[in-house]
Amino acid sequence: MKPFAYLRPATVSEAVRAGAGHPGSRFLGGGTNLVDLMKLGVETPGLLIDVSRLPLDGMTRTDDGGLRIGATVRNSDLAAHPEVRNHWPALSQALLAGASGQLRNTATTGGNLLQRTRCPYFQDVSKPCNKRIPGSGCPAREGTHRDLAVLGHSQDCVATNPSDMAVALAALDATVQLHGPEGVRTVQVTDFHRLPADNPDQDTVIRPGELITEVVLPPPSAGAVSLYRKARDRASYAFALASVAAVLSVRDGRVDRISLAFGGLAHRPWRARVAEDLLRGASTTGDAFARAVDAELAAARPLRDNGFKVDLARRLAIGALVELTTRAAST
Amino acid sequence: MAATPGITDAEEAHVPNPVDRSTFTLYVNGTERTLTLDHRTTVLDALREHLGLTGAKKGCDHGQCGACTVLVDGRRANSCLLLAVAQEDAHITTVEGLAEGDRLHPLQRAFLERDALQCGYCTPGQICSAVGMLREAEDGFPSHATPRTALAGEGPAPLGADEIRERMSGNLCRCGAYPRIVDAIEDVAP
Ligand SMILES: Cc1cc2nc3c(=O)[nH]c(=O)nc-3n(C[C@H](O)[C@H](O)[C@H](O)COP(=O)(O)OP(=O)(O)OC[C@H]3O[C@@H](n4cnc5c(N)ncnc54)[C@H](O)[C@@H]3O)c2cc1C
Ligand code: SF4
Ligand code: FES
Ligand code: FES
Repeated sequence: MKPFAYLRPATVSEAVRAGAGHPGSRFLGGGTNLVDLMKLGVETPGLLIDVSRLPLDGMTRTDDGGLRIGATVRNSDLAAHPEVRNHWPALSQALLAGASGQLRNTATTGGNLLQRTRCPYFQDVSKPCNKRIPGSGCPAREGTHRDLAVLGHSQDCVATNPSDMAVALAALDATVQLHGPEGVRTVQVTDFHRLPADNPDQDTVIRPGELITEVVLPPPSAGAVSLYRKARDRASYAFALASVAAVLSVRDGRVDRISLAFGGLAHRPWRARVAEDLLRGASTTGDAFARAVDAELAAARPLRDNGFKVDLARRLAIGALVELTTRAAST
Repeated sequence: MAATPGITDAEEAHVPNPVDRSTFTLYVNGTERTLTLDHRTTVLDALREHLGLTGAKKGCDHGQCGACTVLVDGRRANSCLLLAVAQEDAHITTVEGLAEGDRLHPLQRAFLERDALQCGYCTPGQICSAVGMLREAEDGFPSHATPRTALAGEGPAPLGADEIRERMSGNLCRCGAYPRIVDAIEDVAP
């Protein structure tokens, strides 16, 4: 690991100033991804700006009934928060389906959103990788890519975003608040992560020196039920092969509110807009769900070894919608 | 590395570099320990290499095995991914700090009684993790195995074998002593 200086600012503005003044710096949240990547030589910051003790650890209801989640709230506390469990269960379930009890105690909301891909070539500095070294190539496309993308990938990168939490946030229409050298802005979670295109070194639209200060959930829609389902190689403590977050409400036997997002399939949480458009107003039958999900997944372009993910995602999504329909009927 | 002219290697090694090291305090098993450490030092390395506490083990050094699990301010964490400097003033409990004098912690006793180990390498991490896990359950923290119909505010999560397995999944055991590890924890769980 390369030696580095360490700074623990007391306020958001100090942290942003420090970030702006030191281009080779990184913000440190829980460190469960950053420290790992520093050990691997993937990240080589000259300065760590520890933001984990900034006063951003609160969770408060907004005036309209939403929820503000501070960037340093730990994943375990967010998952256990009574308001989250009762009103945004998909978020709690997504967090609990990720990592381990120990890791969730350490990982922060901000750090989770910015965790890097688990593509094995990205983590191995002896290999080329366009995400690590732009222009060096993408060995995953012809190499080991069973866990990688089937949707929205490019010639230059086929990586997936590994976050479970981000998939739930995308389905819940959450926003991210960013404080940067040029001021404060708010970005939808669905617009925060990007597709790789020809510059996969950029995972998100965050600008240099910007600090995530909070994530905001809009109020839960009346009568809607939500859930998160994840398929992985073992029952626990493994990244998603495919996952789905869904929010559904039913009126007069027809789909009213619908929101569907896939994880494990793309460089960002994949909001299934095509399926949602087909489902709004549709009957709540397995057939209707299957047609809509198939229309969404028609865009899939699996690689040599990951075609199984498309069918996995299809079954997860249909199963989730059927389960939510049953539950919506009984609420 | 070329030596700076006029300074011998030995002298150079002692020039403190204020940029890449710091002096700070950790409270380890109740004792105040002030350390001057390179910022790269993890809590795990601080414990093992600088404080002589070799209970916490280094398995993977990447957050994947749980052998390094300790309690930080009462909560379990992977000490291999914690930078020591970032834990300044934290209270850290290792497996060495669980017993009260000669009285072993109930989980330590249960692991012995159930013979919940083979080589023992994962055991300190398993035990520290179980201590933290029981506290989380008592605080009503849900897990992936908790029924989705359970609402918040219904008190402590009941701990059957499925719950224990899920909540302990961050601790791997290469000897596969899992059945007895679960038995031992079940003995202590309320
Ligand atoms: C063995 C293992 C298994 C895992 N399994 C899963 C899993 O199944 N599902 C899953 O979703 N995740 C999983 N994870 C990943 C884990 O969720 C992330 O490591 C964690 O959420 C990152 O949060 P952190 O606070 O530790 O981030 P850090 O490591 O501190 O930071 C990550 C990145 O975010 C930046 N950053 C941190 N905070 C801010 C901020 N406020 N503003 C701007 N930038 C910031 C850092 O500079 C860094 O680039 C796993 C990790 C490990 C080690
Ligand atoms: S898929 Fe992306 S992250 Fe993986 S090797 Fe290719 S460019 Fe790198
Ligand atoms: S040594 Fe820390 S998790 Fe393996
Ligand atoms: S007893 Fe050997 S690793 Fe668990």
